[in-house]
Amino acid sequence: MEKYILPDIPDYHKLEVYEQHGGYQALRKVLQMKPDEVIEEVKKSSLRGRGGACFPTGLKWSFMPKGNDRPKYLCVNGDESEPGTFKDRMIFEFNPHQMIEGILIGCYAMGITTAYLYIRGEYRKWIKMVDAALADAYAKGYVGENILGSGFSTNIYTHSGAGAYICGEESALMNSIEGDRGYPRVKPPFPAAKGVFGMPTTINNVETMTNVPLIINKGAEWYSKIGVAKHPGPILVGISGHVNKPGVYEVPTGVPLLTLINDPQYGGGVPNGKKIKAVIPGGSSTMVLRGENLEGVCMDADSLKAAGSSVGTAGLIVMDEDTDMIKVIKRISHFYHHESCGQCTPCREGTGWMEKMLTRFEKGEAREEDIEILLDVANNIEGNTICALGDAAAWPVQSFIKRFREEFENKVERKETAAA
Amino acid sequence: MLTPENLQKVEALFKRYPTKKAVMLSALWIAQEQEGWISEEMMRYIGDLLEVPYATVLGVVTFYTMYNDKKIGKYHIEVCTNVSCMLRGSGKILDTVEKHCGVKLGETSDDGKFTVSEVECMGACGGAPMLAIGEEYYENLTPEKTEQLLSRLK
Ligand SMILES: Cc1cc2nc3c(=O)[nH]c(=O)nc-3n(C[C@H](O)[C@H](O)[C@H](O)COP(=O)(O)O)c2cc1C
Ligand code: FES
Repeated sequence: MEKYILPDIPDYHKLEVYEQHGGYQALRKVLQMKPDEVIEEVKKSSLRGRGGACFPTGLKWSFMPKGNDRPKYLCVNGDESEPGTFKDRMIFEFNPHQMIEGILIGCYAMGITTAYLYIRGEYRKWIKMVDAALADAYAKGYVGENILGSGFSTNIYTHSGAGAYICGEESALMNSIEGDRGYPRVKPPFPAAKGVFGMPTTINNVETMTNVPLIINKGAEWYSKIGVAKHPGPILVGISGHVNKPGVYEVPTGVPLLTLINDPQYGGGVPNGKKIKAVIPGGSSTMVLRGENLEGVCMDADSLKAAGSSVGTAGLIVMDEDTDMIKVIKRISHFYHHESCGQCTPCREGTGWMEKMLTRFEKGEAREEDIEILLDVANNIEGNTICALGDAAAWPVQSFIKRFREEFENKVERKETAAA
Repeated sequence: MLTPENLQKVEALFKRYPTKKAVMLSALWIAQEQEGWISEEMMRYIGDLLEVPYATVLGVVTFYTMYNDKKIGKYHIEVCTNVSCMLRGSGKILDTVEKHCGVKLGETSDDGKFTVSEVECMGACGGAPMLAIGEEYYENLTPEKTEQLLSRLK
């Protein structure tokens, strides 16, 4: 299939090459349109956010107030810290201009004059690449004052994080831009009413923005026919763990997970011909699936929902038959405990308890009743916190217990045998 | 204190934001690049520069894991041990690093050459297992490759 987000064109990250292949034509086109027409086109395309929640992008843009009596902001989310996710980095390196063009189109559609592109601090090298691309775009008059003589002006600034997963959560991200600790905010008010610096704000993922120029160039109708109708478009799938060819692959939505794992074009199968024990389909917070239940499950929102998980960031983690599931869930729980911002008691305390209990399981020191207690802790975090980090910590634990209960029971039994 | 050149860099960022405080993360990065870490004196200085209390700056420095409020080694070796790296053998990479540097996780070698840390997913899961030194990523590691890499560090 043809690739639209990471095309196989040498030096595509360079402005001249991007221009030779039609780059910044979508921006030119948009500058001739009414802002509302642009939002309508994005709505019609059915593009849904690639940051994890699959929220319809055009609808989100339509929540922004009209008029320009006060400043409005766009925050582009390149925090990319969900374990198993490594796709936005590819865009920074191989296709930064399409992302920049998408940001400009979004700004024009929503009447925004400042966009902040928040990139995780670990990506220092990639921030420099984006800054270099931005400098070229400024020099050519695509960004800045009076863009291409249209009278429309927008600035785009990169903003480096400094090592905090929580800053990927949209309201924590805004606090981080304001120079504060990355504490999520209580909603409402929603960002479109009161966001960064107290002003109307839209937050979108890097990959989401990179899709936008395609919709303008080729039309919403064309775009909506790629992949699955309810969740269309090209999608970047990151495949990691036990596969022969880990990496980021661009596919239309709706490709079967087993194809992604086994096809020589993609994951290339599990090393040494081992069986698949489990997959986490969309980054560490999405619910684990058993290997034997993957038949017919596809990489799109509806299919994964029906299978009892979600598409998340499309970061597919594959585990072979020898994997110790307790070790995996313990490591995941360690992550969420470390990254909890500490504002809400259920998350701050609960993530610590879960990690402690899972350490006991790992050591074979857990009691039979600990399985229910662990589940109870997870259930009491879910839905009881300001932001969704609590849910993100609870879902893996709940699903590991639900789908791999025997591994928990084995750890308990082993202790009993040892005692006897 | 920031050097005049670095101070200029910070001041150039003020125009990007409606508040001075929003330059916080960038100013701390510039300070850390200059000194290798962020001292109390530096935090107070940045507080004055951005017109916020010292406590606010301290709160930010301690919240974000990448800011060092203590001196660290010349080479900061950050080994990812999160799921995708763990599945592909980050444990052995960490062992190799600890052995070569003669320190345990979180420690700095006596000669001040190495600090070894465990880090969360670095967004390089496709190249697992991996480690980072400064802004460079080293991916698809084996214990042998790790050893070679470390012995090149002078
Ligand atoms: C704990 C947590 C971490 C998140 N991290 C990210 C992230 O790194 N990148 C991202 O785009 N979205 C992340 N999100 C989702 C954002 O809050 C937000 O929904 C998203 O950036 C919106 O973009 P989209 O509509 O284009 O998908 C995170 C959410 C939570 C709760
Ligand atoms: S798990 Fe190590 S880089 Fe993602």
